[in-house]
Amino acid sequence: MDPIILARAQFGANITFHILFPTISIAMGWVLLFFKLRFNKTGDAKWMDAYKFWVKVFALTFALGVVSGITMSFQFGTNWPGYMQTVGNIAGPLLAYEVLTAFFLEASFLGIMLFGTNRVSNRVHTVATLLVAGGTTLSAFWIIALNSWMQTPAGFEMIDGKAHALDWVQIVFNPSFPYRLTHMLLASGLTVAFLIAGISAYRWLRGDKTPAVTATLKTGVTLAAILIPLQIFAGDLHGLNTLKHQPAKVAAMEGVWETTKGAPALLFAIPNTQTRSNDYAIGIPKVASLILTHELDGEIKGLNEFQGKHPPVAPLFFGFRIMVGMGMLMLAVSWFGVWQLYGRKSPRGEPQPWLARVLVGMSFSGWIATVAGWYVTEIGRQPYLVYGVLKTVDAASAVPGAMIASTFVMYLTLYSALTVAYISVVFHLARKAQFPASFSSSFPGPSTSIIPPMIAVHNDLGPAQP
Amino acid sequence: MDQLTNMQNGGWLPVVFLGLMGIAMLAYVVLDGYDLGVGILLRRVEDADKDVMISSIGPFWDANETWLVLGVGILLVAFPMAHGVILGALYLPVAFMLIGLTLRGVAFDFRVKARAAHKPWWNNAFFAGSLLTSFSQGVMLGLYITGFKNGWAELGFALITGLCLCSGYALLGAAWLIMKTEGALQQRAVHWAQRSLWLTGAGIAAISIVTPMISARIFEKWFSMPNLFFLLPIPVVTAVLFFTIERTLRRLPVRLRDRNEYGAWVPFTCTVGIFMLAFCGLAYSLFPYLVVDKIDIWQAASAPESLKIILLGAAIVLPAILGYTIYSYRVFWGKTRELTYY
Ligand code: HDD
Ligand code: HEM
Ligand code: HEM
Repeated sequence: MDPIILARAQFGANITFHILFPTISIAMGWVLLFFKLRFNKTGDAKWMDAYKFWVKVFALTFALGVVSGITMSFQFGTNWPGYMQTVGNIAGPLLAYEVLTAFFLEASFLGIMLFGTNRVSNRVHTVATLLVAGGTTLSAFWIIALNSWMQTPAGFEMIDGKAHALDWVQIVFNPSFPYRLTHMLLASGLTVAFLIAGISAYRWLRGDKTPAVTATLKTGVTLAAILIPLQIFAGDLHGLNTLKHQPAKVAAMEGVWETTKGAPALLFAIPNTQTRSNDYAIGIPKVASLILTHELDGEIKGLNEFQGKHPPVAPLFFGFRIMVGMGMLMLAVSWFGVWQLYGRKSPRGEPQPWLARVLVGMSFSGWIATVAGWYVTEIGRQPYLVYGVLKTVDAASAVPGAMIASTFVMYLTLYSALTVAYISVVFHLARKAQFPASFSSSFPGPSTSIIPPMIAVHNDLGPAQP
Repeated sequence: MDQLTNMQNGGWLPVVFLGLMGIAMLAYVVLDGYDLGVGILLRRVEDADKDVMISSIGPFWDANETWLVLGVGILLVAFPMAHGVILGALYLPVAFMLIGLTLRGVAFDFRVKARAAHKPWWNNAFFAGSLLTSFSQGVMLGLYITGFKNGWAELGFALITGLCLCSGYALLGAAWLIMKTEGALQQRAVHWAQRSLWLTGAGIAAISIVTPMISARIFEKWFSMPNLFFLLPIPVVTAVLFFTIERTLRRLPVRLRDRNEYGAWVPFTCTVGIFMLAFCGLAYSLFPYLVVDKIDIWQAASAPESLKIILLGAAIVLPAILGYTIYSYRVFWGKTRELTYY
């Protein structure tokens, strides 16, 4: 097989596996900080219980993120030597700043955050949690800056076929960066919100109705309900920005072959590369033009204007619909959930069983939307590796195809096994969690004058009772 | 190319970056070396002791591994051309190392979180991952020293360095456990350290003999006067450190039985010293080449303006990294206690 196709497939598989875990660890760090601060403030043990359960999931996620990230840092050189040789002067400093400012920060304080509670004061522990959360976000900042620069390069000049930096502010804050970073951070928040809601709902369905479970269920659903409208709004702006800088990508996402005024929003179609048109198209007239140009008869450039220079259509077309479809589903479920949890019908903040089941089913829905979104973004950049600057074929390595293929099979086997193990262990932890046992925890809580009512209640139920 | 003119034409930046990369790689080898060593020794003990051994490295391994990211990162960003050549030539051992690192890294968490019935399986994954990582790194070292020639002799040499690095890491790991544990486990760690000491020594000797044979230039660098005279301290101090470790290890069992910890830190510090000296010797042999006698650091370097930007960041951030690394070691100072999340 063609070594370039193999190298791309291998890189795609690796980064897909990697992004699953950062997506969770970025926002989960902040949610843990939230639990911790709630506990520090209210002294209510349920927040500590929530923290203790989710910090385990966080540790597991973080470990998977780290090991898959290490693989990524080798893949740049092994699979794309031409990449660093051409744009290394730009990519290098951005990657270096990520390692220096973010990776060491999060990795060093992770130990204290996870295992340091008995060895440092509560305040230091809170700060460590903050630094870990900040570190993951900082790392997203740098790597998204690089990725956005690859999509919309700015602030550089080409000398003898090599990119040289002119203005670092323009490089980092390149035209698509603010949109992409916002969209990605929101995606992370949504993924975590649905994970927390889903796993809490799972525990709730299994009869574990402790206050921590209802509290995290509510936190997850509420967070999702707040973030999803923001995400749809940010996604819309992101699309407008892409239309300006990468019109061929948007044409492929929307399945527009001929330049059209008043293009329809296609709900379904099968793009046909032979006839250069869509089969079985079902669409709402003029809506695509309305969304993208904010005019009913706005003009959208079709793929035929970019013959030979546009990305493959089907993956973008379907990827985009999966992401947006998932977003709409999230909107429906989270808003309905809020209505039910806060509504008068369920005073104790309990979900109806069917809603709980839907939430369990959506535990990992954020992954689907995130991966679909990245596929749209990355495949949409083809045939370029750095848009308009470097073609993917020109960056490939001379490593023989057989070698790439054999390692590819190894990575795939390992990754599938680990993904399955991860998901099943998260559910296993949910089944294993037994909250009351932890009430005697030696955690240095806030001043003891606030005696949490919860503890009193549980003492009443304790084994000492006749 | 003439090295001196290179230096004068703003060519000092690549030298600085070579130094930084060296520090990062050395830090990685020493720090993750003890993690990997503990992993290699894991299968020799009962389950309760396995927990203690892994607890002793639990808070550190992630930060330790980050030095590898920094080292490879500097190679990537400062010497992009050499990065492609080196990692292309080492494609297979790198892939095996990554698989090993992945197994080892995830086993940390899975072994305590998965079903109890699966724990032995994850313990094995931890051991296998550590061993695979160490062996692949040793093989990479061997192939690197011989300049990526694929003859049988070179491959044989690489396999030997692979074995020796495993034993070098086992020595570091055992010495770490002597400091961090107590009782029967500590006694066994002394025994493990004794056993791995000699193989490590053999490995260093092998590399020292083979390197000058690879290239006339390296031979010249070591064995011409007055260089030989200035370089003599490297092998001499190494030998002294070896014998110090050997003697300490012979005396420790009795002392430790009486709960006298005097000298418990000696094997570890001296082993670190040996690693440092071996590293310096190798660095001296290879300088200024990144690929033996083929690509030197000036040919491979990125544009100066980009290197300066990175250097600026590194100058600000590295002291901070050093600071919180020390802080984190202080927090977990002393004998290992059971790790809990709260
Ligand atoms: C939007 C976020 C994001 C994206 C697109 C990427 N990463 Fe990542 N990466 C993270 C967000 C992140 C993180 C949140 O910072 C991680 C995940 C969990 C963790 O431990 O840190 C991480 C870990 C991580 C590590 C281990 C760090 C450590 O030792 O602590 C490395 C070496 C990389 N990544 C490298 C890469 C490369 C080369 C990428 C691109 C090709 C990449 N990551 C994409
Ligand atoms: C994090 C989520 C990401 C996902 C899911 C993702 C996914 C993909 C996929 C599927 C491909 C293959 C595209 C194709 O060959 O048609 C690809 C290619 C690539 N991506 Fe990403 N990517 C992500 C982020 C990044 C980032 C942050 C960078 C760099 C900073 C990056 C750099 C590259 C490179 C160098 C290639 C290979 C060349 C190419 O095929 O264009 N990616 N990615
Ligand atoms: C529902 C409305 C949404 C719209 C209109 C939208 C729009 C977009 C667009 C246009 C892109 C491609 C940008 C480019 O390649 O230049 C994109 C990418 C992406 N989307 Fe969405 N999106 C939506 C929902 C979601 C949801 C719910 C998630 C995840 C939870 C998500 C996650 C992503 C990710 C991770 C990317 C790739 C990174 C990036 O380019 O920002 N999106 N989105």
